[in-house]
Amino acid sequence: MPLSWLLCLSIWRFSANQRSWRKKRRSSRLSFHIDLFCFGQHLPMGSSALPPTSSFLSDKKDVGFSSFCTQPSFPCSAQVSKKMVSKKVVSVMTPQQSERKPSTTGAVKTGMTMTEKIFARASEKSQLIPGENVWVNVDILMTHDVCGPGSIGIFKKEFGKNAKVWDREKIVIIPDHYIFTADERANRNVDILRDFCNEQDIKYFYDIKDLGNFKANPDYKGVCHVALAQEGHCRPGEVLLGTDSHTCTAGAFGQFATGIGNTDAGFVLGTGKLLLKVPPTLRFVMDGEMPDYLLAKDLILQIIGEISVAGATYKAMEFVGSTVESLTMEERMTLCNMVVEAGGKNGIVPADSTTFKYLEDKTSLPYEPVYSDGQARFLQEYRIDVSKLEPLVAKPHSPDNRALARECKDVKIDRVYIGSCTGGKTEDFMAAAKLFHASGKRVKVPTFLVPATQKVWMDVYSLPVPGAGGKTCSQIFEEAGCDTPASPSCGACLGGPRDTYARMNEAQVCVSTTNRNFPGRMGHKEGQIYLASPYTAAASALTGFVTDPRDFLQ
Amino acid sequence: MAAAAAFSTLSPFKLSSPIETPNFPSLSSSFKLTSSAAAAAAANSPTHPFGPLKFNRIARFATAAPSAASSSATSATTFHGLCYVVGDNIDTDQIIPAEYLTLVPSNPDEYEKLGSYALIGLPSSYTNRFVESGATKTKYSILIGGDNFGCGSSREHAPVALGAAGVAAVVAESYARIFFRNSVATGEVYPLESEGRLCDECSTGDVVTIELGESDCKLINHTTGKEYGLKPIGDAGPVIEAGGIFAYARKAGMIPSRDA
Repeated sequence: MPLSWLLCLSIWRFSANQRSWRKKRRSSRLSFHIDLFCFGQHLPMGSSALPPTSSFLSDKKDVGFSSFCTQPSFPCSAQVSKKMVSKKVVSVMTPQQSERKPSTTGAVKTGMTMTEKIFARASEKSQLIPGENVWVNVDILMTHDVCGPGSIGIFKKEFGKNAKVWDREKIVIIPDHYIFTADERANRNVDILRDFCNEQDIKYFYDIKDLGNFKANPDYKGVCHVALAQEGHCRPGEVLLGTDSHTCTAGAFGQFATGIGNTDAGFVLGTGKLLLKVPPTLRFVMDGEMPDYLLAKDLILQIIGEISVAGATYKAMEFVGSTVESLTMEERMTLCNMVVEAGGKNGIVPADSTTFKYLEDKTSLPYEPVYSDGQARFLQEYRIDVSKLEPLVAKPHSPDNRALARECKDVKIDRVYIGSCTGGKTEDFMAAAKLFHASGKRVKVPTFLVPATQKVWMDVYSLPVPGAGGKTCSQIFEEAGCDTPASPSCGACLGGPRDTYARMNEAQVCVSTTNRNFPGRMGHKEGQIYLASPYTAAASALTGFVTDPRDFLQ
Repeated sequence: MAAAAAFSTLSPFKLSSPIETPNFPSLSSSFKLTSSAAAAAAANSPTHPFGPLKFNRIARFATAAPSAASSSATSATTFHGLCYVVGDNIDTDQIIPAEYLTLVPSNPDEYEKLGSYALIGLPSSYTNRFVESGATKTKYSILIGGDNFGCGSSREHAPVALGAAGVAAVVAESYARIFFRNSVATGEVYPLESEGRLCDECSTGDVVTIELGESDCKLINHTTGKEYGLKPIGDAGPVIEAGGIFAYARKAGMIPSRDA
């Protein structure tokens, strides 16, 4: 059944506007007017007969979302046939009005968010609405040492021992979770990945064989979400699925990215497709100049604290506004990384010149950014004046347990951890080093540093920290009395095997730049984790209490 | 097409103001399928004789249940047993802590072992152990939780650990997306949503029965003598009934049948 409607709809692709996007991809100012223009190309003229949207924009709430979910499951086919009919009639009756804006033509009806557009393209449909389930073509499937072996097991069981993966160049396998451990099963799991990659001739496998010295493994990267970006696997407009909930990090590149389980991943390995539900979108408009004591981590902690750990369940979270435009790629990754902590299906930031510049030397593959239409329908829009925010923490044991850092100044801490896909990127270490340097002080509690990837590790040891007289992060960390930066991996963010570096083996209090603070997350069930930005983490290390970074930055 | 218009609820307000959480029950399940596909999927639950993963687990439970004695595909599904009660936001680290993730669920021995660690990450405030020390199975076949059950990681080890421990169904007020999805895709546990807050109504050790009828889904607590409504499984039902995403895709013709 789904196959038949996939076939029937495949002729209604966005061919016209795809060409247009491709042409304009490199232009510096890509904004939604391009999409409006594109809609003009593919919409039938007869849609002028449809009512304008302003009427339904105003009568919110009285018609629930559920009402549209009870529609026939696949309204697209009905829409397609309607278009065909109306096209015939109108080409005779109505002359083209040159002034006519899509908002008055009924294009509003087809206004889509960027997430919906990515789903539409990936499912070869012209139009989609949230709630529809579609078979989506996957551009990249990522897996790692924790879920890879299970996914491979399911792939073999379901498709046969001799089955081949759907595309050896679209699978990226990144061992990163349990690497520097003596745990035999953990080591075996990396061996399983290696055997599979050899057998299937997987193009992108970032292997590690010498566990004693990560630098002896030129292919080894480290934390998958940061490596995916650094190696050019994140591209605007694409669909990236990964067997890790923080796969949503890649939404920073204007793509759909979400975490899936082993069984779904096993299915994708064999087919390159997955049945996915189109999510409705929550839009977060962040404006205002970002104070220099805030980082993207504060923004996402603010949002999660507001909407709760289930506030975005099944939903896309789109981040726009002048503040978001001013963020670097790494900061946008931080923002998208933690949408799953609000239950979100994906986070997404529109691609712009910052994105294109980041990608310049990382990928040679063509990509086609998409942007939300002016008339796209958002479930909710939130506006945030970033200039008024203060440094935040999430108190134990939930990422939505938000508090101002200064409100927690009496909380005594035992350790600080800087690392992970959320807070272990080059700029995170730069931020921590900047604060240490500005203070001229030494840390009062053990401060553990785990660069996310080998590239980040290199940066920590080689890049000069701005305003620090040419000193590198590693020099500043050493002067401040931090632990030596460890081998890149997920480290103690999620506890892991008992011998994991910096794992919380006692019931301590930790300020961490990571993403989760559920009971037991970093190892000990009774351990207490305060999630914070690298600034706040560094400031807390200097005092031994949860500390507002303004104490040192101003 | 008017229904599409219903989607637009653009209500800008500042984050600092109190938030009304949008609640759309129809979004609470991750699949939506045509009714014909549902019927086709339900008509013939496949049995896969090989492999450790129980893709047909639900079907097996359904046929094992007394009320499903009739051969009709639409007959009620019943689960009966002791319940274990947990609270809100039970995350995957509490269901299966990360140190046990080296166990590969598709390996039969390790699958059993995962079961023995199910819910071992619960804080010590939970005085009853879910799986007794040294045991591989739990005596509680029904797990009752609050809001946002299964939040956190995408680890499929979570529903697998519960399924391997012998849990047939989870009843929660709501689910985190990936846990729900993984439960459906694997067929390990039946993820049900309660209409009320059952984690406040039931206590660990209560004897409960879950009846999933065509028009009426309910949980009966025999210990307290009370009865509660459950939400219908919704558009994920056909995938669960088919026995998981692979079985469903085979029925839909997406992928060739396994004997091919």
